[in-house]
Amino acid sequence: MTQAMRIDGGMVDRSRTLSFSWNGRWMTGYHGDTLASALLANGERLVGRSFKYHRPRGIFTSGSEEPNALVQLREGAAQEPNTRATTIELFEGLNATSQNHRGTLAFDLMAANDLLSPFLSAGFYYKTFMWPKAFWEKLYEPLIRASAGLGRLPMQPDPDVYDHGFLHCDLLVIGAGPAGLSAALAAARSGLRVILADEDFVPGGRLNAETHEVDEQSGADWAAAVTAELAGNGNVRLMTRTTVYGAFDHGIYGALERRTDHLADAEDRPRQVLWRIYSRRALLAAGATERSIAFGNNDRPGIMLAGAVRAYVNRFGVAPGRNIAVFTNNDDGLRTAEDLSGKGIGISAVVDTRQGNTVVDTIGRGGIRAIRLGDGRRVEADCLAVSGGWSPNVHLTCHHRGRPVWNADVVGFVPGGELPPGMSVAGAANGTMSLAAAIREGHGAAVGIAEDLGAERPPGTPAKAADESFAAAPFWQVTGLRKRAWVDLQNDVTTKDIRQSHQEGFRSVEHLKRYTTLGMATDQGRTANVLGLALMAESAGKSIEETGTTIFRPPYTPVAIGAFAGRARGKHFRPHRLTPSHKWAEENGADFMEAGMWLRAQWFKRPGEKGWRDSVDREASRVRKSVGICDVTTLGKIDIQGRDAAEFLNRVYANAFLKLPIGKVRYGLMLREDGICYDDGTTARLSESHFVMTTTTANAVLVFRNLEFARQCLWPDLDVHLISTTDGWAQFAVAGPNSRALLSKVVDDLDLSNDAFPFMACAECSVFGGTPARLFRISFSGELAYEIAVPARYGDSMIRALMKAGEEFDAVPYGTEALGVLRIEKGHVAGNEITGQTTARMLGLGGMLSRSKDAIGLKLSGREAMNEDDGMRLAGFRPVDRSVILTAGAHFLNPGDPADMAHDQGWMTSVAYSPELGTSVGLGFLKRGTDRIGETIRAYSPVRDQDVLVEVCSPHHVDPDGVRQRG
Amino acid sequence: MIINHPLLGPRDAAEFVVLGDACLIDRPDGMNSASEEMHDYAYVRDNPAGEHRELWYHEQGDRSWLVVTRSTLTHDVIKVELARDVARARGRSR
Repeated sequence: MTQAMRIDGGMVDRSRTLSFSWNGRWMTGYHGDTLASALLANGERLVGRSFKYHRPRGIFTSGSEEPNALVQLREGAAQEPNTRATTIELFEGLNATSQNHRGTLAFDLMAANDLLSPFLSAGFYYKTFMWPKAFWEKLYEPLIRASAGLGRLPMQPDPDVYDHGFLHCDLLVIGAGPAGLSAALAAARSGLRVILADEDFVPGGRLNAETHEVDEQSGADWAAAVTAELAGNGNVRLMTRTTVYGAFDHGIYGALERRTDHLADAEDRPRQVLWRIYSRRALLAAGATERSIAFGNNDRPGIMLAGAVRAYVNRFGVAPGRNIAVFTNNDDGLRTAEDLSGKGIGISAVVDTRQGNTVVDTIGRGGIRAIRLGDGRRVEADCLAVSGGWSPNVHLTCHHRGRPVWNADVVGFVPGGELPPGMSVAGAANGTMSLAAAIREGHGAAVGIAEDLGAERPPGTPAKAADESFAAAPFWQVTGLRKRAWVDLQNDVTTKDIRQSHQEGFRSVEHLKRYTTLGMATDQGRTANVLGLALMAESAGKSIEETGTTIFRPPYTPVAIGAFAGRARGKHFRPHRLTPSHKWAEENGADFMEAGMWLRAQWFKRPGEKGWRDSVDREASRVRKSVGICDVTTLGKIDIQGRDAAEFLNRVYANAFLKLPIGKVRYGLMLREDGICYDDGTTARLSESHFVMTTTTANAVLVFRNLEFARQCLWPDLDVHLISTTDGWAQFAVAGPNSRALLSKVVDDLDLSNDAFPFMACAECSVFGGTPARLFRISFSGELAYEIAVPARYGDSMIRALMKAGEEFDAVPYGTEALGVLRIEKGHVAGNEITGQTTARMLGLGGMLSRSKDAIGLKLSGREAMNEDDGMRLAGFRPVDRSVILTAGAHFLNPGDPADMAHDQGWMTSVAYSPELGTSVGLGFLKRGTDRIGETIRAYSPVRDQDVLVEVCSPHHVDPDGVRQRG
Repeated sequence: MIINHPLLGPRDAAEFVVLGDACLIDRPDGMNSASEEMHDYAYVRDNPAGEHRELWYHEQGDRSWLVVTRSTLTHDVIKVELARDVARARGRSR
């Protein structure tokens, strides 16, 4: 094809021809075209199908408000549905296809919906599909799902890269039309740091689409000259292809910059950047959006907003038709006829409602061929330019719940109520509709802001232009129609739907919106809302002021989820923290699991082991028989120093800490203020004023935060200081009967005998001839055990050296699974038991609660309901049939009782296979559990379909008297 | 949202963790108060439409706890103080 509709003039570069594919056919356009202008140049009028009725649709606008021309852009994984042809810049090789039809675009099988339209009016989905009930899941829902939606996702991961960025400025100017350019120029000349953002790829706004003069040159030339001056000013950041999509708190604006969408190949550069702009002031100069008039069959391809017709003719050098009719209620629409005749394009009719003339119907199924006038005459036309007036783009003024107000002079809603702090509005967005006034208002706003911010007054005066007439008389719909008339093209809302909404009682604007879906499509009804409200007002016999308007939320235009995600996707969404022994563990067959953000080894597979149980059983057994080593660096470590450190600890732990001797470690229990346990750990006293606390891995951040709260907010004058040292020290548990022998080879000059370094002792020492270290004799496994810490940079060397020193004992590394087995065998509580719902008494730790001091949570832990004698208590469980594997989450029942919550006796919290005992063992909470040792009860798990008898026993399955850990 | 940190100047709210009502500073002494008083401290909060004093923690920053006086209607930040100073002014010490 040869661009048959291309005419002279415009801002496209005819020396740069671009080839593109539309529904598999190759066409050409020029650099500077949008996909829409290139399609029109090639005479393509039918570009899509409507959402509900699958009506043929054409290009309706020339900007981001486009309701009809949504296409699938690009191919494969990069394919993007619902892209507006009117905003896509043409590039070499562009590939676009139409969407929302079955069969070809011209013969859409779903067009049958149009014949069913009497049954598909507003609210049809609330009324139909209601019965028979059984049909919903099998018939209605699959049918609706198959026909819903517009474009199709590629169902592959997005191959593009998105970035986030942060910018700061004195003044953010939103929109680079006449008001925005004039404001940015004045602000830049006064020395302010200015960001000027516009969604288009050429600054100028309507100046590029009209034939106005500014400062005795064409509007487009003036815009280019101003843009050039701004681009040369170091204080100005000129951002084209950038949509400011939201106004947030405290002068923060969200903006989406499309960096490579206009390029054939992004060459791995970020496709889009989501900017967070911190502004001292913002000026909204977003212009206005034209709206349509409701008349019969007003949705056919070839029917276009008058301003869009002028944009295609003046900016893109494309004639949307050869014989164009104009239908308007205002002087701005009439200018279309002037521009068309200036280009030598045929005009078949000018229909001005103010002279009592109307268009009642249009003819031509796949595209308009003729119009029918109110007096019955038929007039041939291959394009109809419609103008129902302009609606100021007030969207961003609503983002803090500002409510626009009706202005009868401009026949539109203008900004009203409270604007977001720091925002002002100028130009058409403010209801200042004529060119000279918009330029003056932009300039004046910038001068005022400069003065406000203490900058100097800019030299110069606003550019000169004429004040063209925008006189308009409200005219919303042609009445007495027999044909359907569309209001919201994208969601297929007609005048009948709005009347019906009123008749059925959905009369407030908010109900109207939700019942008819007016304005709820991807274009947020930018060409439709005001028309819909006006029709509702007419139905109700009220004024538009009384009827009011709905307001807008971010985003102004759709923002891809990928842009919000930015780089935070895949493994970067939640980065892993690696332990100091991670590399060594990888080399030694470790299988890793996530613990918070950490990756921890859960077991180390050895040759010949068939499943994880083989590895875990071996590791746990070796610890009990000889010695094992486990990286416990992930436990939270908090360094606590100060003259009042002991007093501080005594107030944040529920048990006593004031008299912990130097060189000793104590187990501590932390409560929330409501008396429930939330964390446990050990704290070592290294000197009079120096303690080292450990927390659970999961609560390390929370405990630290709470300690800072206690220190700063509750007892601000205690002399105590905190620092997190979790990442500072690599820490290893060395557990098992041979742990002392192993560590004796490692630790320098420290007597490890039971008398010199007993259970719960600690010391600062050194290892391997001078490497600083800390040694703690604590045991989570119940065996003779230690934890040894070295500065994290020695962690990798330390694990290798420890394993080498352990060779003679056949020391094994053990992972979190074996760690779990050992602690369940020993009856130590962990996250499965300290769930944020359990009390110290339930955990068997009630005796730890001090009654002679005040500490966080102690007071409320004494409440009656938390101390009932028949409450849940921690107990141990073993299957009566020793070969049964127990199930965590199973509920306990007395034998013979029905399996319901009324007879519930408690639940199993942790289970493990104990290689030491040769049977599955469990921990759990059982009513009066401590008093029921020896009883046989049911462990019932409907989820796992298990119902077994278990014997209640002490939670300390192994070494209940604690002989081994003290040995 | 921006919080004007008394020591570090304006910082983005994303650097902070919010805890809630600043009345949490006024913790009763557990040894010399009725259970009811501690109960109210743990559970009872006002939910004002308008000015609200809140505790914010600069977790991704200097770890200061701040008392931010903020309007729940407009999100205006009216005043920002170090919680330690507020606690001292309310008679808390050791």
